[in-house]
Amino acid sequence: MSGPLSGFGVVLARDLRLAFRRPGEMANPLLFFILITAIFPLGLSPEPELLRTVAPGVLWGAALLSSLLALDLLFRSDYGDGSLEQLVLSGHSLPVLVLAKTLAHWMVSGLPLVLVAPLLASALYLPPEAWGTLMLGLLLGTPTLSLLGAMGAALTTGLGTGSALLSLLVLPLATPILIFGARGVDLAVQGMDPVGPLYLLAAILFLALSLLPLAIAAAVRISLD
Amino acid sequence: MPGATGTGGEGMLSKDKREILLQAEGLELWRGERCLFRDLSFELLEGAALHVSGANGCGKTSLLRVLCGLTEPEEGEIRWRGRSIRRCRDDYQHAFAWLGHLNGFKAELSARANLAFSVSLRRETNPDVRNDTLDQVGLDSVADLPCRVLSAGQKRRLSLATIMLSAAQLWILDEPFTNLDATGRAMISRMLDRHCANGGTAIVASHQDLGVEQRYLQHLEMEDTG
Amino acid sequence: MWKLFHQFGSPPHFYRLAGHLIPWFGGAALVLILIATYGGLVLAPADYQQGDGFRIIYVHVPSASMSLFAYTLMAVAAGTGLIWRIKLAHAVAAAVAPIGASFTFLALATGSIWGKPMWGTWWAWDARLTSELILLFLFLGYMSLRAAYDDTGKADRASGLLAVVGVVNVPIIHYSVVWWNSLHQGATIVKLGKPAITGDMLWPLLMMLAGFGCYFATVLMIRTRSQVLQRERNSRWLLDL
Repeated sequence: MSGPLSGFGVVLARDLRLAFRRPGEMANPLLFFILITAIFPLGLSPEPELLRTVAPGVLWGAALLSSLLALDLLFRSDYGDGSLEQLVLSGHSLPVLVLAKTLAHWMVSGLPLVLVAPLLASALYLPPEAWGTLMLGLLLGTPTLSLLGAMGAALTTGLGTGSALLSLLVLPLATPILIFGARGVDLAVQGMDPVGPLYLLAAILFLALSLLPLAIAAAVRISLD
Repeated sequence: MPGATGTGGEGMLSKDKREILLQAEGLELWRGERCLFRDLSFELLEGAALHVSGANGCGKTSLLRVLCGLTEPEEGEIRWRGRSIRRCRDDYQHAFAWLGHLNGFKAELSARANLAFSVSLRRETNPDVRNDTLDQVGLDSVADLPCRVLSAGQKRRLSLATIMLSAAQLWILDEPFTNLDATGRAMISRMLDRHCANGGTAIVASHQDLGVEQRYLQHLEMEDTG
Repeated sequence: MWKLFHQFGSPPHFYRLAGHLIPWFGGAALVLILIATYGGLVLAPADYQQGDGFRIIYVHVPSASMSLFAYTLMAVAAGTGLIWRIKLAHAVAAAVAPIGASFTFLALATGSIWGKPMWGTWWAWDARLTSELILLFLFLGYMSLRAAYDDTGKADRASGLLAVVGVVNVPIIHYSVVWWNSLHQGATIVKLGKPAITGDMLWPLLMMLAGFGCYFATVLMIRTRSQVLQRERNSRWLLDL
C-alpha cells in the first residue's frame, strides 16, 4: 500500500460511506440548487424569452451557491472528533488525503448538480442545444469550486464563523468559473462555438488540481496548530 | 520571564545501553501573550516511558502536540534518531501513534469499521490481531454498534485499541486515563508495561502515576507559568 | 548579502530605519501630489471629447494601479513570511491590507464619479471597475479572515495562505472580466474611455503615480511600525527604547 498515492482510496471510501449515512446532508445541495433556480422565475417573470436569457447565469449562480453551502461541512466533522489530526499524522501525503476528501465531497454534492442541470435548464426554457455545454461546463467547473471551497473550509474550520466568511473568501476567487461557464452556455444558445470557455474551464481545473491540494493541506495544518 | 523547564530523569538502566530515540532541544512555545514553556530540553531513551506531569493548563498537551509535529514551536528543535523531524516527517509519522484529547474516530461508523480504517491507513500493522484487540480492550460485545452509542470510557478503549494495533514504536498519549474506571486504568498500565518490555517507547501526559515499572520511567515536570 | 537580508528582517532595525525614512517619503509624497494636482487640474488642456470631467483620471488611474500593487505586495510579503518564517514580513502584509482596500475603494469611487456624466448612472459594469470591485472583496476577505483568528501567528499564516492563492487568481480574474465585458454586442459598449493621452496630459499622471507611491510607502511604514509595536510589545529591545 505504499507509494505517493497511498491512503487515497481508503479515505475516499470512508468519506463516501459516511456521506451515505447522512442522506439528509447529501440532498441539501441538490435541493438548494433546485430551489434557487425556482426562485428566479418567481422573482422575475414567467416569460420564456426573459428566462431563456437569464438561464445560463441563474443556473451557474445557483450551482456556485449550492456548492458553497455544502463545503462548510467538509472538514468540520473531522476537525471536531479528532480524525483530522489522525489523517495529518498518518504518514501519508496530506495533499493526497485532502484531495480524496474533496473528491468524495464533490461526488456527493457537485456531481448531482451536473446530472440534474438539464431538467432545470428546460424549466428555464434553455434550448437543448445548449444542455451539453451546460453539463460539460458544470462537470469541469464544480470540481474547481470544490477545491477552492475546500481551501476556504480548511481555513475557517474551528473558527465558529459559519459559512458567511467562507462565502466571502471563495466567491471572489470563483468568479472566473462563473463567467466562463455561463458565457459558454450563452455562446451555445446563440449557435456559436463554446469551445473557448470550455477549454479555459478545463485549464483552470488542471491548475486547481495541481496547486490547490497543497494549499488545502497547508490550511489544514494551520487550523490544527 | 516565567517559563517551564524540564529535567530528564534517569531510569535504572544505564544510559549507554539504550539509544536516544527522541531529543528535544530548547523548545519554546507561546500561546498568544503567554509563554507556555521556554528552553525545554530532554532526551528520551528507547524503551522508556516518559511521564509528563504538571498542573492543568501548564502546557502538557501543547508540548505533546509540538512533539507530534502538529504545532510548530517558536524556537527549538526535535530530533528523531538524530534527524530533525521537519526533515524526516514521513518516517517519523510512521514511527509514532498519537492519542489526543479527542478520540479520533467517526461516531457514525462501528468500532470494527473505525478500527479497520485506522489499520488500513497506517502502513505497518499487525494484520491478524484486530478482533483479538477488540476483545482485549473489552469492546467485543459492542464492536458492531455505531460509536456514537458507546460510553465515554468505551470510546477511550477504542482509541487505545487503535494505538495497540498501530505497531508504532513510539506512543504519544495525552491523558489516556480519562473517562476510564479502575479496570480500564489498570489495562492501560498493563499495556504500557508490555509495550516497554517489548522495546517500545512512550510519552504520556497524565496527572496520575502511569503504573509502569520503575526501570522504564523517565520524568518531566512542567511548571505552571501562570 | 544574506546578512543584509537578515538585518532588514529584524524588527528593531526596521523600526529605526523606517523612523528615519518616513519624513522623507512623506515630504516627497506631498510635493509630488501637489505638483501633479496643479498639473492635472490647471495646466493640462481639457480633453476634446470629455471636457474637464476626464481630469478625475489623475486620481482614478493611480489609485487603481496602487491597489493592484498593494495586493501583490501583500501576497509577496505573506508568502515570504510563510516560507522563510520572517515575522516582519507578516507585519508588512497585515499593514498593507487596509491601505490596499482604501486605494481600491478610491478607485471605485473616482471611477464611478467619472462615469456618471457619461452613463448617467453611478455604476456600470466596466471591466476595470468590476475587476476593482472583486479586488475589494479579496481585500475584505483577507482582513475578515485575519480578524476571525485570535492568535496573531495563526491569523498571519491563514490569511497569508489566502493572499498567496488570491494573487495567482488575480490575473485569471482580470482576464475573465475583460473577456466577459468584451462579449457585449450592440450599441452600449460600456468602457471608461481613456482620452488620447498627449505629453501634456501624461506627465501629471506619472507624477501623481509617483506621489501616490511615496504616500503609500509612508503610510505603509507608519502602519508597519505600529504592527511591530503591537507584536513585539513584550520584547526587550522595545522596552529599551
